[in-house]
Amino acid sequence: MNDPGTRSGGGAEGMEPLHSHFASREQQREATTLGMWLFLATEILFFGALFLAYAYVRWSFPAVVQQASRHLELVMGTINTGVLLTSSFAMAVGVLFAEQGRHRAAAKALAATALMGVAFLMIKGSEYAAVIHEGFLPGFTANLEPVSRPGGGYAGLLSEGGGPVPGQEELFFWLYFVMTGIHAIHVAIGVGMLTLLAWWMRKPHPASRASLNTVRNAGLYWHFVDLVWVFLFPLLYLAGHRFQP
Amino acid sequence: MNALPATRREPPEEANYLSAHTLRSWLLTTDHKRIGLLFLFGIIGYFLIGTAAAALVRLDLVTPQGDLLSAEMYNRMFTLHGVVMVWFFLIPSIPSVLGNFVLPLMIGARDVAFPRLNLLSWYLFMIGGGVTLYAILAGGVDTGWTFYTPYSTTYANPQVVTMVAGIFINGFSSILTGLNFIITTHKLRAPGLTWFRLPLFVWTLYATALILVLATPVLAMLLLLVAVERFWGIGVFDPAQGGDPILFQHLFWFYSHPAVYIMILPGMGVVSELVTCFARKRLFGYPFVAGASVAIAVLGFLVWGHHMFVSGQSIYSGFVFSLLSYMVAIPSAIKVFNWTATLYKGSISFETPMLYAIGFIGLFTAGGLTGLMLAATAVDVHVSDTYFVVAHFHYIMVGGMVLAFMGGLHYWWPKITGRMYPDLAGRLAAVVTFIGFNLTFFPQFVMGYLGMPRRYHSYPEEFQFYHILSTAGASILGVGYLLPVVYFLWSLKRGKRAPANPWDARGLEWTVASPPPTHNFHDIPEGIRPPYDYPTPATPPFTSPS
Amino acid sequence: MKFPLLPDQASLGAGEVDRLMLLLLGVTVFFLLVTAGPILVFCFRYRRGNRVNRVLDPRGGFRLELTWTLIPLTIALGLFGASAAVYFRQRHPPEDAIEIHVIGRQWMWKVQHPQGKREINELHLPAGVPIKLLMTSQDVIHSFFIPAFRMKQDVLPGWLTTQWFVPTKTGSFPLFCAEYCGTDHSRMVGHVTVMPRPEYVQWLTTGVQEESPALAGERRFRQLGCSGCHVGQSAVRAPALNGVFGSVVPLQGGRTVIADERYLRDSILLPNKEIVDGYAPMMPSYQGQISEEELLALVAYLKSLGAGSAGNAPGVAAPVFAPASRQEGGAP
Repeated sequence: MNDPGTRSGGGAEGMEPLHSHFASREQQREATTLGMWLFLATEILFFGALFLAYAYVRWSFPAVVQQASRHLELVMGTINTGVLLTSSFAMAVGVLFAEQGRHRAAAKALAATALMGVAFLMIKGSEYAAVIHEGFLPGFTANLEPVSRPGGGYAGLLSEGGGPVPGQEELFFWLYFVMTGIHAIHVAIGVGMLTLLAWWMRKPHPASRASLNTVRNAGLYWHFVDLVWVFLFPLLYLAGHRFQP
Repeated sequence: MNALPATRREPPEEANYLSAHTLRSWLLTTDHKRIGLLFLFGIIGYFLIGTAAAALVRLDLVTPQGDLLSAEMYNRMFTLHGVVMVWFFLIPSIPSVLGNFVLPLMIGARDVAFPRLNLLSWYLFMIGGGVTLYAILAGGVDTGWTFYTPYSTTYANPQVVTMVAGIFINGFSSILTGLNFIITTHKLRAPGLTWFRLPLFVWTLYATALILVLATPVLAMLLLLVAVERFWGIGVFDPAQGGDPILFQHLFWFYSHPAVYIMILPGMGVVSELVTCFARKRLFGYPFVAGASVAIAVLGFLVWGHHMFVSGQSIYSGFVFSLLSYMVAIPSAIKVFNWTATLYKGSISFETPMLYAIGFIGLFTAGGLTGLMLAATAVDVHVSDTYFVVAHFHYIMVGGMVLAFMGGLHYWWPKITGRMYPDLAGRLAAVVTFIGFNLTFFPQFVMGYLGMPRRYHSYPEEFQFYHILSTAGASILGVGYLLPVVYFLWSLKRGKRAPANPWDARGLEWTVASPPPTHNFHDIPEGIRPPYDYPTPATPPFTSPS
Repeated sequence: MKFPLLPDQASLGAGEVDRLMLLLLGVTVFFLLVTAGPILVFCFRYRRGNRVNRVLDPRGGFRLELTWTLIPLTIALGLFGASAAVYFRQRHPPEDAIEIHVIGRQWMWKVQHPQGKREINELHLPAGVPIKLLMTSQDVIHSFFIPAFRMKQDVLPGWLTTQWFVPTKTGSFPLFCAEYCGTDHSRMVGHVTVMPRPEYVQWLTTGVQEESPALAGERRFRQLGCSGCHVGQSAVRAPALNGVFGSVVPLQGGRTVIADERYLRDSILLPNKEIVDGYAPMMPSYQGQISEEELLALVAYLKSLGAGSAGNAPGVAAPVFAPASRQEGGAP
């Protein structure tokens, strides 16, 4: 292997290994932090395309979006929002503990964050189940063949006489599943990352992989994921719940 | 025991980055130099596939009836050509091969910022390419590389999703490379190497990396939407469901126009290196060339609608995108003028890399100027979707980028391999390539204005003359591509051993041995000099460190 | 073997486009000379080993940079202006243009003249008369391209697009599909035949006589039951349609929209997309029940309804909106 390996830190706590191509630990830290920020910028573009598709659907069919949004599980969504915001608090606390050198406390805070992430996913799972049970899973065909379609839509979705045209609610629900689904994947990745970090930090003298910088970067990622939800929630769940005098 | 004359005995090679020979040392490497070579092997393979497809297309077009291939096969071939050449050859070519190899050396670093991500980038490239190849073998796709909906989502054959998945995976390779380059340039420069002392190649790699990280995610999401639409039959892009096929085009071109700047900016950086070295002169207007590179990247995000002038978008979009497209030509013009001025009062020699550089400047300028024609909405209405556009982008991608890639490869070959190639053979290949290229693509401008549409398997007789010229040129171009393969391979065994600085060039990469040691520098360089400080009669050699 | 260099110039606009192209070609050649010329000269004069004066001017080149930035910028802006003018004219058809319907589908072009006569892969036109094509697709995106007129326009499923021209030269000119649409994309070709006006009129009246689109549209209007709500006394309040085409329609939510072909078509297929202010969302959608030809026919019929025609009983379902002056509501 050509990588000559890394140099371990001295006895000080939280010293991550210094990879040989970096001149100093400070350079390494700055590079990894900047790398995380840049990665989050790409994520903004990634989600941005979905938000653009949402904006298009919302602009084209405002009434339909309002109506379809009312079929989402608002209570579960609100609870989830609370869970995720609290998890961000726990993450921030974890970073604070890590800065103070209290590694076991930090590990507990990170574990709590991960647990709340799991709770988020479980609530989301049951939310999906509820929405699917009511028949709003768009276009599910048994054998996933591409459907060629000379002009029909799908039956069975809000197609009362005189109501919205079959097809447009599907756009909304499809957006709902794709946007929250991709977000959930990001949450799951975050949960995995935080669990690993918490494991590494559980000893008083932590394994050198779980440095303060790593914890901070994980925090950046987690807060970003939370922030995406803060935008998703009102756009998807609150679109139909305007209080009119 | 030695009957050989003394001169044939060569000293043993010093230990360098190529010394370890095991498969594991290659497949698990985190050395940017090896990863650059791994990418080179990959893109050569894909280039062969893309060229084979092009050869079949051009052969089929010799006769108006299209006797060689069936319509379905022809359509799959031009799609294959576009997909492979864009995503698996051009986009990774200079950044992932030459950039990976040279960037850390140029800035005095031992590696890129995230070497393991670099290796991951290569694996994603190979896996994405593998999935795409599978799609081709499993029946192929005939949508064109542009995948317009609703044809691609509703009517084309099922391999669309597989191919889209391959491109999706490859997209993350691009993003990781871009991420690596940006952080490396920000954080790993040697002490004293300020931004305005960097070689231009670094500036253009940086600008390219900006596009890579910001544009590719949009493509990734779009590909995801296309796949989901095919699986579940939901139409964000399907008008029968109230969806909008123009939305697809907006999202697609929002990525793909910046992508074409990915496919030229690194070439411009290489040309800056070549012109300064072989004219032995500082780059004229360095800050302007650097700024123009970034300006091209930024402005490149604002012009995507010029691919959609006849799509049905509004007249106001037509005006705005036309104006912005004229604007984006200006920084490129600035660069061409500065290269020309660099030659003024230089001391010019014409080794192979320089021939490619001069060829680039001529062909890129010509191709770019035809871009002005396309920016004129009224003209574009006529020539859109004809061979005029095909000629335009081949002038830039082949006449520009491929020539720059060849020039860069010939320039850094001694550094990469430690061997020299016969320069005469190189010059011959450059000239043959230039002639073959022009014969292939210039007739296509004429054909396009006459109305010959793109992606046509058969065509009316009045175009046959031009198609024959074009195919003849393509065969000459093929010879031009083949020659370097021959003498490069020859050089690996029989080429003269290269010194550290065979061209007497300036730049940190020339201060290390050829091939470089694994860790690049024994000590990180200090006391950085200004870029391209070649001595001139009037200015004494630069002395003060300051 | 022939090798033409320029396509026929067979329309009023074609000459304009060619002149613009000539201007652009001139600019191209100019810049090529301005760069290639010096490069070649420098490559000879400053070849390594040549003994020439290489002493450089120590002053910076800022003024030079400024010059060769501003001059191309000015030229670029001038080119934009020239092309924008031509493009503007290309997008504004005159009001009295003859409207011909075009429907593209894999892999043929279906054409229908306003009198009803139909053609496939052929388009007969009178010389000297402005023609506006109203186009759509039945399946995927195609593009209707007539090189001799220097005009093309994509046709999209679910959308109406238009292009216009004035043919000037008689003869037969190629017609191509210019957007890849599947296996036989290169076979989706045909001819545009321009004839003197009297011959065109005569041609229209020979052969199989078909119903004009407007008449066919009226027939369908009644068959589909549209008149049940939109005409005369009706239990269901629906906007009256006299003079609807070109008028300004107030929508729910405060927006207004001009009732162009797109609006009429969307109102039939997606009636809840833009609901007229003051009306309930009760109209059912006809998606999947009407073909593209019938849609074009219905739109043609609705366009023929001037204010006060098609039997609106006084006092019932009076028009909510006043028809604005009839403007050209061409699709984008």
